[in-house]
Amino acid sequence: MIRVEYVNKKFRKLQALNNILADFWKGQVVSLIGPNGSGKTTLIKTILGMVKPDSGKIYFNGEIINGDPSYRKNIGYMPQIGRYPDNMKVGQLFEMLKSIRAVDEKDIDKDLVVKFNLEDIYDKSMRTLSGGTRQKVSAALAFLFDPDVLILDEPTAGLDPLSSEILKEKIIKEKNKHKLILISSHILSDLDDLTTHVMYLQEGKVEFFKDLSVLQNETGEIKLGRAIARIMKDQKANALWIDDVISKTERRLSEQK
Amino acid sequence: MLKLTKYVLYDILRSKIIIGYALFLLVISVSMFQMEENGSKAILSLLNIMLIVVPIISMIFSTIHYYNSYEFIELMLSQPMSRTRILLSEYVGVAGSLLAAFFVGIAIPILIYSPGATGMAMIFTGSSLTLVFSSLAFFASVKSRDKARGIGVALLLWFYFALIYDGFILLILFSFSDYPLEKLTVVLSSLNPIDLGRIFIMLKMDVSALMGYTGALYKDFFGGSMGMLYTTVVMFLWIAIPLRLAVSSFKRKDL
Repeated sequence: MIRVEYVNKKFRKLQALNNILADFWKGQVVSLIGPNGSGKTTLIKTILGMVKPDSGKIYFNGEIINGDPSYRKNIGYMPQIGRYPDNMKVGQLFEMLKSIRAVDEKDIDKDLVVKFNLEDIYDKSMRTLSGGTRQKVSAALAFLFDPDVLILDEPTAGLDPLSSEILKEKIIKEKNKHKLILISSHILSDLDDLTTHVMYLQEGKVEFFKDLSVLQNETGEIKLGRAIARIMKDQKANALWIDDVISKTERRLSEQK
Repeated sequence: MLKLTKYVLYDILRSKIIIGYALFLLVISVSMFQMEENGSKAILSLLNIMLIVVPIISMIFSTIHYYNSYEFIELMLSQPMSRTRILLSEYVGVAGSLLAAFFVGIAIPILIYSPGATGMAMIFTGSSLTLVFSSLAFFASVKSRDKARGIGVALLLWFYFALIYDGFILLILFSFSDYPLEKLTVVLSSLNPIDLGRIFIMLKMDVSALMGYTGALYKDFFGGSMGMLYTTVVMFLWIAIPLRLAVSSFKRKDL
């Protein structure tokens, strides 16, 4: 469905993406994980055409992406930081996107709008919303057009536990509809019940891209966090982030004993 | 195209800055017309204020708006919309609301108190300057990633066109005063939209007699219908070229 072929991207001296090769298929829920600055967001933005790769190609449904924006009508994107024009009203934002995409009312998926009670705040201007509420708006927008591909950048960061649960349920529902979902997140426990594949990025390189069950078998761990920690420990990764995960899991293990 | 512009306009027209700008211009123009008995004197005072205020506000406001909409532009980029369309919609929205403020603040008082050729020239120049400087501001902001730098560049450009450029012209005129410079000054004035606007209005005011031989040449050149056409074309180029450059650099940009 999406094929990323030998994509390289350099920001000044920083190699943000280093020869990335990956295939994403329908029905997959891919978790993009890795330390800060490992290239997760850059990879997402490259797929969306916001960042232009230095070399390499990206295919969407077999067609190469080269500036024609129409492929993006099949993608729902939830950004890491949602900032909207201050004086725009919530309702207007939804109206605007509907008019841009020119979709019939019946094809619109209002699930999250209803569950997050966003219709009650349609008259409020964006400036008055809290960070979490804006995040809910972003999530509802990503799912609004029932797209084949969902790209979610840190979806649960900033959401309260209840909303985060609602969002996770929605993701599982879409997963069962056989869609491709890419999630980047640091909160591994949130990904546990969702993910089918794990892509681990470090310094712009794909360390591994595996089926979750393969990963669980290889490591003998069921929880995603522990499995990743185990792998990285074996590979003697020096990332602080991973050390942190390892120490936490070990602490938890000893507590359980 | 207009789908996005409509909502950008909704957003900006409700912003306090644009409302404040319109009111500020309105207070100035109404008080000018109330204080001066003579309509054309009032227009002359208003002209000097307009040539300073309109460019700088257009520039600063467009720059700040661009940076504040950065994440919103990103979200629009994830929609099936081309980059050219997004940037142009933003431009039309911003420039349109600045124009609206200009019309409320200056154009309507002129039409009420002193309609006529000079008034029309004022309205034409003010609207063109609004469009020119927001276009320059878009170019400056697309080029620089950092907000502080973008605003700095915008301010520098304004300084250049409003102050430094006139210094250069004076320097040239003084150093080469032995040569016939009349034609050159016409060219030089086209290279600065503020100067061009000023000359265009002055010549409608019958004060060109005060400007000596160059004034006579200006009158000859800008006074007729050719001058009107020339000014329009040059102003249009001043709007189109920076905007075109902004679009082509925005197309290649990483967001």
